[in-house]
Amino acid sequence: MDIVLLDVGGLVVSLPGGAERAHAVDGISFTLARNEILCIVGESGSGKSMTAHAIMGLLPQPHVRATAGRILYQGEDVLAAAPARLRALRGRKLGMIFQEPMTALHPIMRVEAQIAEVIQHHAPMERAALRARVTELLLAVGLPDPERLRRSWPHRLSGGQRQRVMIAMALALGPDILIADEPTTALDVTTQAQILALIRQIQAERQMGVLLITHDFGVVAEVADRVAVMQHGRIVEIGPVAQILEDPQHDYTRSLIAAVPRLMAAPRPPRADAPVVLEAERVRKTFRQRSWIPGRGTEVAAVKDVSLALHRGETVGLVGESGSGKSTFARCVVRLLETDGGAIRLHGTDIAQLGRRAMRPYRTRIQMVFQDPYASLNPRRRVGDIIAAGPLAHGVARAEAQRRTRELLSLVGLDDRAAERYPHEFSGGQRQRIGLARALAMQPEILVADEPVSALDVSVQAQVLALLADVRARFDLAMLFITHDLRVAAQVCDRVAVMYRGEIVELRPTAELFADPRHPYVRDLLAAVPGRRWLPAVGT
Amino acid sequence: MDFLRRFARNKGAVVGAVVLSAVVLLALAAPLLFPEDPWEILGPPFRRPGEMGFLLGTDTLGRDVAAGIAHGARVTLLLSLVSTAVALSIGVVLGAVAGYHGGWVDDVVMRFTEFFQTIPNFILLVVLVAIFTPSITSIVVAIGIVSWPPLARIVRGEFLTLRSREFVQAAHVLGQSSPRIIFGEILPNALSPVIVSASLMVATAVLLESALSFLGLGDPNLMSWGYMIGAARTVIRQAWWISFFPGVAIALTVLALNLVGEGLSDAMNPRLARKGRA
Repeated sequence: MDIVLLDVGGLVVSLPGGAERAHAVDGISFTLARNEILCIVGESGSGKSMTAHAIMGLLPQPHVRATAGRILYQGEDVLAAAPARLRALRGRKLGMIFQEPMTALHPIMRVEAQIAEVIQHHAPMERAALRARVTELLLAVGLPDPERLRRSWPHRLSGGQRQRVMIAMALALGPDILIADEPTTALDVTTQAQILALIRQIQAERQMGVLLITHDFGVVAEVADRVAVMQHGRIVEIGPVAQILEDPQHDYTRSLIAAVPRLMAAPRPPRADAPVVLEAERVRKTFRQRSWIPGRGTEVAAVKDVSLALHRGETVGLVGESGSGKSTFARCVVRLLETDGGAIRLHGTDIAQLGRRAMRPYRTRIQMVFQDPYASLNPRRRVGDIIAAGPLAHGVARAEAQRRTRELLSLVGLDDRAAERYPHEFSGGQRQRIGLARALAMQPEILVADEPVSALDVSVQAQVLALLADVRARFDLAMLFITHDLRVAAQVCDRVAVMYRGEIVELRPTAELFADPRHPYVRDLLAAVPGRRWLPAVGT
Repeated sequence: MDFLRRFARNKGAVVGAVVLSAVVLLALAAPLLFPEDPWEILGPPFRRPGEMGFLLGTDTLGRDVAAGIAHGARVTLLLSLVSTAVALSIGVVLGAVAGYHGGWVDDVVMRFTEFFQTIPNFILLVVLVAIFTPSITSIVVAIGIVSWPPLARIVRGEFLTLRSREFVQAAHVLGQSSPRIIFGEILPNALSPVIVSASLMVATAVLLESALSFLGLGDPNLMSWGYMIGAARTVIRQAWWISFFPGVAIALTVLALNLVGEGLSDAMNPRLARKGRA
């Protein structure tokens, strides 16, 4: 056991009156030693981010403050420290990286200036030495071509590169402790794997103590040495990673681990004999930005030559990273976007060619469930009106629409009285259920689900996926399931199509694809899933 | 309830609301307090405030200044509210159409809007009222015509933001018609800045109407505050009270409207906050 760097004892962070509970963090204690990675894992609202902010003194005072407990950094109580002392500690001894690299970097300061700022504040040095140090840091975080990158603006870098810059800033003065608040949540799977490897490498090289906040058990399985599980502001279980993952003691930990979908796909019966309901043939979509200056217009080929056939009762997954074109293709299929080429045949009729008015009757057959539960429902309309809006727009009588609304609300597991309430009164998972009810109100044959569970906590995700499976079986729906999460794809889909840069690189039954991927990109993708070697011992 | 509490937190807004209510009450109570026509000559001219029972004195012809203010309150409030309504109906519709459709429709409507914005609005107002001979209708319509461009811009901006939101996309996928999406889905969410802007526009309309009347372009049958100031312009040194009290009335009303507008802006916090995972 190495020396203890951080000793949190009985930390209580209170929230202002009127919040859903009195304390964001309700008396937690843990230690962080040198040369270890401690992962704090929990769902949204568990208080894990608040803990990280409390350690760095970043709580939004005076409304949210630490009211009890102590945080000892090498014997000194950080909570009682004067602001000047805290400023001296931050950056130099305690480094932090955040979730959204784009908002954590200054948008109008070049990369070099931002990193130099950190150094200049604590240990000012001459320009030549400063340049050398910045180059050294950029190389240490694995950024190639530091000479070009140092002069870049943040918006010109990719998500992974921005995160590396942020890590460089955090490491600039060689801190003992690195606090990482969900550092890879906003990144693609492959980039996530690289950043996690980088954090582990840096931690090992410099013998740092790393406190990693995450909601993803895969990340925990990948990098953690010790794990603390938080729920409602309390640590329910803490221990070595092997013990927590293989033999969890607390019920909550068990339920969290059970809710994580396994990366192995059970073989499914083939649906190829069912009739084809949707056939996309060589669909193309290019985004053009015209410019008055000839030659300056830009073109992005988002979807290039995608062909796909969907059978009744089948779920085809469309998997890919951001920028692969999967969302664009989904929107082309429901005619939210106009295609630039190819055909989309619904029972033989090419809907890509239909005008707005001709498309209306076909709208009942193909519906969509959206990703963001908070933006996909109109905040000023009642839930009942939202669900009934579709049928009413197609001439269904009001009484019938209301009857369908009630029926669907109970189908998705919500109370009848939910129809009178507004969206903001519901949680994320409940709003997704309402979105699903809205799509089902049209009695469609095909459901396009655009990352329907990506914005949900893992336990809620499991419930919504179970609901989708139930609905699919009940109505014999064909589903096009868009996701970036391979675990979810393994659980839900019959066949999986992997998209990369606008093209489908592989389309095979799920079990075959996961067991024996052929295309090199698919192999890389599967290899990059965090915690892929870990098979949850509890649950299915 | 929540809204009123947030509104009440801004002390200035509460004061403004109180003053505004007083003005409205005065306007409503005018026929009771001052039953005679304000144009009636009730006493000798140039009486000081307090003399002979006239609370605010008499004007150049012997008319009661206090009666003029009370009846003028009705005229002023009515004209400014109706002209704001006219501006709203033109501006909101044009802005909604431009913001929703984008493309060439947006370009055409915005060029049309800019045409109105480049002409100084008071000069255009004077020209319009002069051409169509001053009457309550022409004044109301003319003020509406010169005031709508900023509203159209605000509404257009809101629509540009809202039309790519997922709930609007969902409405498209459900097959709802464009007018229904514009007025049923997007517009209710776009109204907050419009309401704030409209309340400030009422204040501007008061000033515009007063300026018109001051210049003698107001409706000749209506006694308004601007008219009173204009009529007493030449005798301001001998009889200051004839211009002063209507001027104070205008200043207080405009101030109250501005304070209320600010209070509304504070109270209408967007509740569409995105909540990511913690």
